[in-house]
Amino acid sequence: MKKKTTAIVISQKNLAPGIFDMWLETDLAENAHAGQFVGVYTEDKSLLLPRPISICEVDHEKNAIRIVYRVAGRGTDEFSKYSAGEKVKLLGVLGNGYDIGKLLGKSVVLMGGGIGIPPMLELAKEINAHNEALTDGDKMKVSIVLGYRDSMTFLKEDFEKYGKVYIASEDGSVGTKGNVMNVMASEGSDGESADKTADNEDTIKADIICACGPMPMLRAIKVYAEEKQIPAYISLEERMACGVGACLGCVVKTKEVDHHSHVNNARICTDGPVFAAEDVDI
Amino acid sequence: MNTEIEIAGVKWKNPVTVGSGTFGSGMEYDEFIDLNRLGAITTKGVANVPWPGNPTPRVTEVYGGMLNAIGLQNPGIDVFCERDLKFLEKYDTRVIVNVCGKSIQDYVDVVERLSDEKKVDMLEINVSCPNVKEGAIAFGQKAEALTEITKEIKNHAKQPIIMKLSPNVTDITEMARAAEAAGADALSLINTITGMKIDINRRTFALANKTGGMSGPAIKPVAVRMVYQVAQAVKIPIIGMGGISNAEDALEFILAGASAVSVGAANFINPYATVEVINGIEEYMKKNHVEDIKELIGAVR
Ligand SMILES: Cc1cc2nc3c(=O)[nH]c(=O)nc-3n(C[C@H](O)[C@H](O)[C@H](O)COP(=O)(O)OP(=O)(O)OC[C@H]3O[C@@H](n4cnc5c(N)ncnc54)[C@H](O)[C@@H]3O)c2cc1C
Ligand SMILES: Cc1cc2nc3c(=O)[nH]c(=O)nc-3n(C[C@H](O)[C@H](O)[C@H](O)COP(=O)(O)O)c2cc1C
Ligand code: FES
Repeated sequence: MKKKTTAIVISQKNLAPGIFDMWLETDLAENAHAGQFVGVYTEDKSLLLPRPISICEVDHEKNAIRIVYRVAGRGTDEFSKYSAGEKVKLLGVLGNGYDIGKLLGKSVVLMGGGIGIPPMLELAKEINAHNEALTDGDKMKVSIVLGYRDSMTFLKEDFEKYGKVYIASEDGSVGTKGNVMNVMASEGSDGESADKTADNEDTIKADIICACGPMPMLRAIKVYAEEKQIPAYISLEERMACGVGACLGCVVKTKEVDHHSHVNNARICTDGPVFAAEDVDI
Repeated sequence: MNTEIEIAGVKWKNPVTVGSGTFGSGMEYDEFIDLNRLGAITTKGVANVPWPGNPTPRVTEVYGGMLNAIGLQNPGIDVFCERDLKFLEKYDTRVIVNVCGKSIQDYVDVVERLSDEKKVDMLEINVSCPNVKEGAIAFGQKAEALTEITKEIKNHAKQPIIMKLSPNVTDITEMARAAEAAGADALSLINTITGMKIDINRRTFALANKTGGMSGPAIKPVAVRMVYQVAQAVKIPIIGMGGISNAEDALEFILAGASAVSVGAANFINPYATVEVINGIEEYMKKNHVEDIKELIGAVR
């Protein structure tokens, strides 16, 4: 059930220039999953709307969620100044999230670009937790591809706990020069010669892609997935007002007529933010 | 203590409804509040056929409010009747269906389609949406056009009709008088005020539609003034709205002459806003020994 509630800041850290990492104690943690988000309210009464921020990690024992965000304007700048013990109002949990049921038994590539990296962490963690309970045939193999601007590779160590991490940086200072697609071009196993029994540890096998990042990256992934004929689940962003599906502010064009809107538009805040790449027109 | 009000013969248990387009048909807020608490639910504008609406970005925040240019995306009247009205049947609240169109015939089609729907208590006619190129707003900005459409809809409507007025006019009382003379049973005001925001970093408009309708706390003084002026100019009841976020705001509108109020964009900021407004009005009445809410309507002259 969605609600507006008050969370308490457990900790806040500066991960890289302009990038902050905040743990919040909140009962929203109970039902929070990878790919979902919360609306974070500012104290500044001239800024009315909640800021959508993805869930980066959930700690069910501590009843806490982690958000990692970039200072992009007045709202996120205010958040970056909060310290432990302060109260923050949240609206959540919002959005559909990733469906792990669709990933079972597959070689999954998790791709994050820039400030789209944080939500992939909880997905990696949840896949890992599922694997422990699954029989071999259903276990998922995870490769993680992260695209950064430069050598400030925030969250990299966190990801290394859950799978092999491949890095790209725009300035070439670490890993492959370029973006996540350049990593796939150099390290990806060729879809056609892929021998399902022989796990080549050095190449990235992609049965399915889950991604979050800037629009050009998501468009490139959509094209890549169509060429390789594999499914891709991408997380989209749009300006939001209500966050709960009422205002119709946050739509994306869809291939088919949407079941709710009855036009070729789906609401990113409720029908998404995660969509099958083939279903959306981006 | 009596909070019941009556508009065009329709009794509401309290004077609080929601701004059309800010609440869907209630489904999305059912998780947050008990919809039975509301005096009425006003649904998102619906047309005779599905409308896809405008390209994105459709919403943007501005100081103390927001701009929207949704462009009246809606699933069309058939889906609305089968799904949304069916959903609303479960609730003990009045239902006001907001109607939009591009031509008089479009409006009439919807109004006729709704005439046998028992769950529909009132019709609110949106002649004031600033975000649609054709139709809609044109009817709301010229008194002759407003007269014509009001008459035509009144001829076909089984339920009482509320004409929703645009603030984007020189003299709102002229429009109000025209609607009253043409047979409107009630008025609602204000719709959003046309605005614009420019993104200086991208050197472009913040909204794909360039302009958008402004709503939220920052427009409240304009809305209160217009409700007051219209209340002096006409005899039919007024549903007041524009920037209401709490009971104090709602009471300003009632004292200025509104028989009922709508909570709009405030739902986005606080999904419990409607219920807080209802509770707050009751508390005010208790504290000030007001026996009947009707004592407050238009009490400030
Ligand atoms: C589903 C979703 C998940 C997101 N997850 C994250 C995340 O995990 N980490 C992170 O750093 N950022 C994330 N964003 C982007 C984040 O919402 C914006 O950076 C933030 O709202 C900026 O607010 P501001 O007040 O600092 O900026 P301002 O530019 O001052 O904000 C003005 C208005 O525009 C909106 N806005 C500005 N940029 C965006 C944007 N990119 N997307 C949507 N609305 C925007 C704001 O919410 C606000 O209403 C996410 C966006 C969406 C839609
Ligand atoms: C996102 C959004 C969508 C709206 N859609 C409609 C609509 O479909 N029909 C209509 O008559 N008014 C519509 N409105 C106008 C509101 O009903 C209301 O008149 C206006 O927002 C002022 O009230 P507020 O400041 O409380 O939001 C919309 C407003 C918003 C913010
Ligand atoms: S933000 Fe209102 S419908 Fe998505």
